[in-house]
Amino acid sequence: MVNVTEIKASRQGYGEGLMELGEINPNVVVIGLDLTESTATHSFKNKYPDRFFSIGIAEQNGMSIAAGLSLVGKIPYVSTFAVFSAGRCWEQVRMSVCYSNCNVKIAGSHAGLTTGPDGASHQATEDIAIMRVLPRMTVIVPCDAVEARKATVASASIYGPVYIRLSREPTPVITDKNSLFEIGKANVIKEGKDVGIIACGVMVYQALLAAEILEKENISAKVVNLHTIKPIDEDTIIKTARDCGCIVTVEEHQVMGGMGSAVAEVLVKNYPVPMEIMGLEDKFGESGNANELLEKYSLKDKNIIEKVKKILKIKRKGG
Amino acid sequence: MENNNLKTIALNVRKNIIKMLIKAGSGHPGGSLSITDVLVCLFFNHLVHNPKDPLWEGRDRVILSKGHVCPALYAVLAESGYFPTDELWTLRQIGSRLQGHPAKDKGLPGIEISTGSLGQGLSVGVGIALGLKLDKKQNRVYVIMGDGEQEEGQIWEAVMAAGHYKLDNLTGIIDYNNLQIDGSVEEVMGISDLSEKYRAFRWNVIEIDGHNYDQINNAFKQAKEYKGKPTVIIAHTVKGKGVSFMENKAEWHGKVPKKEQLDMILKELEERV
Repeated sequence: MVNVTEIKASRQGYGEGLMELGEINPNVVVIGLDLTESTATHSFKNKYPDRFFSIGIAEQNGMSIAAGLSLVGKIPYVSTFAVFSAGRCWEQVRMSVCYSNCNVKIAGSHAGLTTGPDGASHQATEDIAIMRVLPRMTVIVPCDAVEARKATVASASIYGPVYIRLSREPTPVITDKNSLFEIGKANVIKEGKDVGIIACGVMVYQALLAAEILEKENISAKVVNLHTIKPIDEDTIIKTARDCGCIVTVEEHQVMGGMGSAVAEVLVKNYPVPMEIMGLEDKFGESGNANELLEKYSLKDKNIIEKVKKILKIKRKGG
Repeated sequence: MENNNLKTIALNVRKNIIKMLIKAGSGHPGGSLSITDVLVCLFFNHLVHNPKDPLWEGRDRVILSKGHVCPALYAVLAESGYFPTDELWTLRQIGSRLQGHPAKDKGLPGIEISTGSLGQGLSVGVGIALGLKLDKKQNRVYVIMGDGEQEEGQIWEAVMAAGHYKLDNLTGIIDYNNLQIDGSVEEVMGISDLSEKYRAFRWNVIEIDGHNYDQINNAFKQAKEYKGKPTVIIAHTVKGKGVSFMENKAEWHGKVPKKEQLDMILKELEERV
């Protein structure tokens, strides 16, 4: 059985990470954009009111202000929904932050379909693509609240722009405080030899569920938690392709340009194998609860199993 | 510094702007010439800085939000001693630190942040000013904006935030030359009354003739002394100032003169001082 310790949203882990950082690093400051509780930054605001800047509903301003704060040695965490932090202020991220090589950290909460009832306006499903395309940007998609906390703390220890993708919906916590987390180093969380399932974010749990069921059918799946999309862990991806001979990627994001595309970029250059990229097929989401949406848009464990079986047939035919 | 000395520096800056743009073959002379006098007064009479130690922590910060007029900034930086004047002739060339718009990552001393996409510089200045206040530092922040740039929505987000946080360590400067690429600013998009707008957003407002040295110097002095609000200096200027055939012509926003015109322009600049 997949070991689940609790059910918690990764945005809560972000808030805890900020509290930890607040204590150890006096330069850490937070940019609040009227979503303080939603982005779990209220504890930081209460404990460090001087280091919390309320900028109102003005995301573009907030992003460039963060760049300015970084120029005087602060490490600002811009905290808002991913549709805004990655989408609405993309050009501020590009020029004020990345092109200027500023030490700004960007949280994209409420990312993906699992954002749920708010509907497609609030479900960022393009953010990985538009953030990873920016030179100098690091892109992290934690798989649960515990990993989100570690990612947040780790992001302050590297210089430069970092985008951290977070979820609204409480999801199973599958890592613990002893699990390894290193930016840029993927975690193999289950060994296997027939197929490699590479997942990120809340899809890692679905991948583990799928692998467990496949095991009973004598299909051995290796599961990789690719929490850092950029810089991407080429070695682990190539080794997975070499060991398993076929790959299925799964993310709650558009197929175009997302994590699967990033994996494909590595494989076509180094070790091409048959591959399936699971995600949204050029569609917007809609209102519904997280589980209903994953069901409707074919991102559940059973859908992963179908794709695994499909790719195994191609692999056996010899590609 | 006396006005006469400032005028001599401004003459050199204008000559270098024209020379570098002609050498580069592209760039933005109109706004570079309109902001020259304000920039010269700022750098030589008011700015706390050390060109030999450009990253000195105690320095004031200058953000050129209207990044396209960087030839003026580059020429003023060279004149101040940030880098040798000869480097000016590399403007817009491959491998140069003098990019077509200011680029922080190319390492040119005096460039605090990359600009070029309009509307972001005032927000960056607000961020610096907030950080300086948090650390209880006395350094000031100067942000140079265009009049057309006031059409960007982000400017007003930043104006609102600066007023809200009472950033009296921040001075905005608007190069109000009345022209933008498509023509007269008021025809492209009515931005007036700028003074009223900034006042409504809780700013101290000073309107000046941006080519009158007494007025420019007084404005910077007043801005530094004013407490409790950020100050905006609305500098009424002439686009293309100093070169008669360029003055008040929108077409010289982003077009450079021909090589054959160089001597004639330099001669006119000298005669008009």
